[in-house]
Amino acid sequence: MTLVLGAPVVRRRGGTLNPTSKVLAMAVVAVPLFLSTDAVTSGIMVAVELVALPLLGVGPRMLGRAGAPILFGLAGIWLANWIVSGNLSGLVAVSLRLVALGLPGLLLVVTTDPVDLADALVQRWHVSPRFAYGALAALRLIPLLIDEVQTMRRARRARGIGAGWTPVSWARLTGGLLFGMLVQAIRRGVRLAAAMDSRGFDSAAERTFARQSTVTWRDHLFVLATAIVVAVAVAVSMATGHWHLLFS
Amino acid sequence: MSGATLLARRWGWRYAGRRAWAVGNLDLTVPAGQRVLLLGASGSGKSTLLVGLGGLLHGQESGQAAGELLVDGVPAYEARHRTGFLLQDPDSQLVMSRSGDDVAFGPECHGVPPDQIWPRVDEAMDAVGFGYGRDRPTAALSGGEKQRLALAGQLANRPGLLLLDEPTANLDPEGAALVREAVAAAVAATASTLVVVEHRVEEWLPIIDRVVVLGDGELVADGPPDEVFGRHRDALERMGVWVPGTVVRAAAPRTVATTPVLRADAVSYRHRGALFDAVRATTLSLRAGEALAVVGPNGSGKTTLAMMLAGLARPRTGSVLAPDANRPLHRRRPASLVRAVGTVFQQPEHQFVRSTVRDELVQAPKRLGWSAERSAARADDLLDRLGLTVLAEANPFTLSGGQQRRLSVATALSGAPPALVLDEPTFGQDARTWRELLRLLEEVRDAGTALVTVSHDRAFVTALADRVLPMADGMVAA
Repeated sequence: MTLVLGAPVVRRRGGTLNPTSKVLAMAVVAVPLFLSTDAVTSGIMVAVELVALPLLGVGPRMLGRAGAPILFGLAGIWLANWIVSGNLSGLVAVSLRLVALGLPGLLLVVTTDPVDLADALVQRWHVSPRFAYGALAALRLIPLLIDEVQTMRRARRARGIGAGWTPVSWARLTGGLLFGMLVQAIRRGVRLAAAMDSRGFDSAAERTFARQSTVTWRDHLFVLATAIVVAVAVAVSMATGHWHLLFS
Repeated sequence: MSGATLLARRWGWRYAGRRAWAVGNLDLTVPAGQRVLLLGASGSGKSTLLVGLGGLLHGQESGQAAGELLVDGVPAYEARHRTGFLLQDPDSQLVMSRSGDDVAFGPECHGVPPDQIWPRVDEAMDAVGFGYGRDRPTAALSGGEKQRLALAGQLANRPGLLLLDEPTANLDPEGAALVREAVAAAVAATASTLVVVEHRVEEWLPIIDRVVVLGDGELVADGPPDEVFGRHRDALERMGVWVPGTVVRAAAPRTVATTPVLRADAVSYRHRGALFDAVRATTLSLRAGEALAVVGPNGSGKTTLAMMLAGLARPRTGSVLAPDANRPLHRRRPASLVRAVGTVFQQPEHQFVRSTVRDELVQAPKRLGWSAERSAARADDLLDRLGLTVLAEANPFTLSGGQQRRLSVATALSGAPPALVLDEPTFGQDARTWRELLRLLEEVRDAGTALVTVSHDRAFVTALADRVLPMADGMVAA
């Protein structure tokens, strides 16, 4: 949960890049992966990413821990394919694409403080502060909501209401909990919005920034290097005849 | 920086869709720098006046205004940049993950030049005696520290008027003291005008110099604290105000039956991912008609112990047993658990599961397989004893705070369990509900139900408990 809610796990190297650079790099990586289904483009990218991530401060251990959800996703795809078609051929390309897309996202999550991301989006890309800082404040409510759901689950048990053995009773309990969570989320959201407005969030004054979100030559280098790797991967794929447009 | 003057001239407010005026024809003048305590029963209009002063009552959709409400000579809505508003819930006021960033949020919104923001932040954090650096994660703060930080966040905007809406209602006594100290230091440092709404009056006396009492939207009393409390003591007590000097009498020594109703055998508990036990091997037994109070600072493990006694948290080691079955409480089915123990949660709204008050009360009896007549009779009896009969068909969420508290106790009692576990039952309640709750629990106890009450409220513990279990660091302190 620390990944979603608190300070970044890695502050050096990748952590000092501007968050918008990391988002930009993700977009650059995504374009060829959406265009072509071949294993060569994505294979080259995965190889380079696996070398680059430790250089950016995301070591093998961190990679294993934070990358587990990607592996779970992969296992799910394999299982589904095996059940449906009974063979695993063609899955290599799909898996490589997923990993090639997932690893840059992992870099963003592991090395970025959500506050820095909001600052960068507002200052560099002129995203509305109302949206960026509102979302940031909402993020803080997630652990509170998790605690509240636990309390509500306990309260239901204390009132004699259990999941029971049938899917219907399970669905009813879960539905009730989800509804309760929604109610609590709205109530908290309303209170938080009032508190933010009382501090001037609804002020007409032009917002100033206590923290400056800066872009340096290292950011330019990072995005440029990403673009070069992607271009090389596509070129090799085309040259070897593996390039295959998805919708052609 | 100077304090703001307040002026209400025949001011009134009626919420959209309501027939009655929440506040009507109010005349009030507050000079700059005065510190006003605003009192009144729930529904007296005090909250309406407070949000009105905060400039939050605005626009045709929300209601209709009469007369004038001026802050520094301009309508309150236009003076919002001069106003700081501290709310009750410490968790719903912080925006950022680092303390300094959070205090800087207000100045950023108001367009303060960047080079002036951090000096302001440091000044505001000093003024409330925050005690940590700017980098302190807000998630690592206690409730009282969060309120201090939220107050610093308001001070960073350099308000001329500070409005506090029950700022300590959700805090334990230590946290409440932190907040009062911070408010005292802040008003001394800034000379800003202060209006505070609070039920617990005594602790605020050193800070305030005027008391204004509202009743049914009109001024009931106004003057220096000594005079107001001297003359209007009875009326204030009826309103649920904790008038200074009220004495709570201690529970008389009683002989308790020896029939055991719950037994905890070396139970311990560890939160997920924690390195240490939140509760270390604890053994205790509870007898019929006995009132046990578990006390201790925040984080001492007392609520966790209570949840295990209620069969709602699974102990890491040991077990809790009730004599009616061999299976440990945490492994019993919910419908079987209600036979042994009922639970009252800190926030009443967490435990309502039905859409009418009556349905809430027949829920547990139905689970226990009682006949329809017996369930209905039980519900009628509880409704009558708690004064909720006229509200039988109302939605539980529409009740007042005090009514919700009584209903939550009634739902836990509805299945007539031999033991009742209560987590901070008096939290945020006014003096009237407090007295009603005490009387109700005394009756329940004297009728033979065992009570386990987790509480910070020393007066309540003194008045109710036969036995006090002090906890510290997950252990029962000797």
